[in-house]
Parts: sequence; structure tokens; C-alpha cells
Amino acid sequence: MISQSIPVIWYVIVAFILFSVGIAGLLLRRNAIVLLLCIELMLNAANLVLVAFSGVYKDLSPQIFVFFVLIVAAAEAAVGLAILALIFKNRDSADVSQFSRLKW
Amino acid sequence: MIFFFLFSAIAVLSALAVILFRNPVYSVLSLVLCLFAISGHYVLLNASFLAIVNIIVYAGAVMVLFLFVLMLMNLNHLSESLRSTKFKLAAASVSLVFFLVLLAIVETLRHGHLNTVASGSYDSSMIAISRTLFSTYAVPFELTAVLFLSTIVGAVLIGKKQGKDSE
Repeated sequence: MISQSIPVIWYVIVAFILFSVGIAGLLLRRNAIVLLLCIELMLNAANLVLVAFSGVYKDLSPQIFVFFVLIVAAAEAAVGLAILALIFKNRDSADVSQFSRLKW
Repeated sequence: MIFFFLFSAIAVLSALAVILFRNPVYSVLSLVLCLFAISGHYVLLNASFLAIVNIIVYAGAVMVLFLFVLMLMNLNHLSESLRSTKFKLAAASVSLVFFLVLLAIVETLRHGHLNTVASGSYDSSMIAISRTLFSTYAVPFELTAVLFLSTIVGAVLIGKKQGKDSE
């Protein structure tokens, strides 16, 4: 394989960068759709670590876990977008700073 | 080696583009690019099944769902209120500190398996994956059917709620 010269730590560092970028996006942005995108980005960073260590331990279980993460992420995106669409219908805005009705 | 750095650079740059573009449509498209780069990593790691599934499910289905909602609701023309510069600085430093903490954790574990190469010299064919999925992980796999059923019911219920209330 081409990847045989690359230690797994490099994959871990790339995944950490992606995860930190996702956290920065969650804190910086106020558009609810972009917040959901950042969550997807963080899930993918975790998936990358799982797949990299699947290669280290020569075990298929992490790949199955990644498969399940994909399934749960699809379900999460569907429900999250449905909630977002409902909020948008009520508020005419996708800005999370407007969603403060629960705050007294 | 060169492919690793190419895919890493694309992934990190497009991830930054996701959070820096003002227009959410561009953010979604950058995330699609990021997912393609991560799928490239999967191919390098000899996980071709996951690479294909990642492209089909994530880049294909989920991202199209995002774009669909975005364009259907016409969200891309809305102005997003800006955070203050102080808040931006704080958010950037929080994520930077988080990254450093993760690096420190890895540094303490460095004597373990972290320096071994992630070689793909094991059987990760479709046959091996499906054998694992349908024997060891058969119960969780069936449970995802329940999860998806509840997701469909939940999404439809949330989507219909507005109409019922206004009757």
C-alpha cells in the first residue's frame, strides 16, 4: 500500500485539526445550518481516527463502528434539519441568537 | 506519502472554508470537498468500503439534504449577525487550547502503538466486513432499523406539527 510509510500519529493529528476547526466553527458561527455542518465535521474527524487505528490493530471492528456512526449521523442530520425547518417557519431566521425563547 | 499530505491539506483547508464562508451554500460545498478528502484517506488506509459509503451517504445523501433544506427555505440570503471581535478571539483560542490538550494527551501515549505505520495488510474486503457486520454486530445492525424508523416518524411529526397547530 501507499500508506505504509506514514505513522498513524499523522492521521491522529489531522483528525485533531479537523475536530478543533469544528469546535471553532461551533463557537464562531450563528447560522444553525453551519452549526450542524460543524458537528458533521467533528464526527468525520472521529471516524478518521477510528479507521487509522483499524489499520494499526488489523481489526475490522473500528470500521464497523464508523459504519454505525455514519448511520447515526444521517439520522441526526434528518431530525436536526426537521427541527431547524420548524424553527425557521416560526421565526423566519436561522440565527441561533434568535432562538432564545426558552431563556426567561 | 504525497497523497497523504495532499488529502490532509485539502481536508484542513476545506474545513476552514466551511467555517469561514459567509454563505451557507459555500459551506456545504466545502464540507463535501472535505468529505471527499477524508474518503481519500480511507482509500489510503485500505478501507475502500467505508470510502464508498462515506461518499454515497455523506457527500451524496446527507449533504444534498442540507442543500435541499437550505435552498427550499431560502436561508442563504439571510444575514447572519456577527460575533464581536473579542468573542471571535476567545472562540479561536478555545479551539486552539483544545487542540493543544489533544496533542498533549497523544504525547503522553506516544510510547504505545502511535508510531507504527497504519499499513493495510489485513483482509478488509467487502466479504470480511459483511461477515463481521452480520455475525458479531448483527444485533446493533438490526437496532439501526428501529433507529431509522423512529427518525422517520420523528421527522415527519416535527415537520407536520405546524400544520396541526394552525388548524
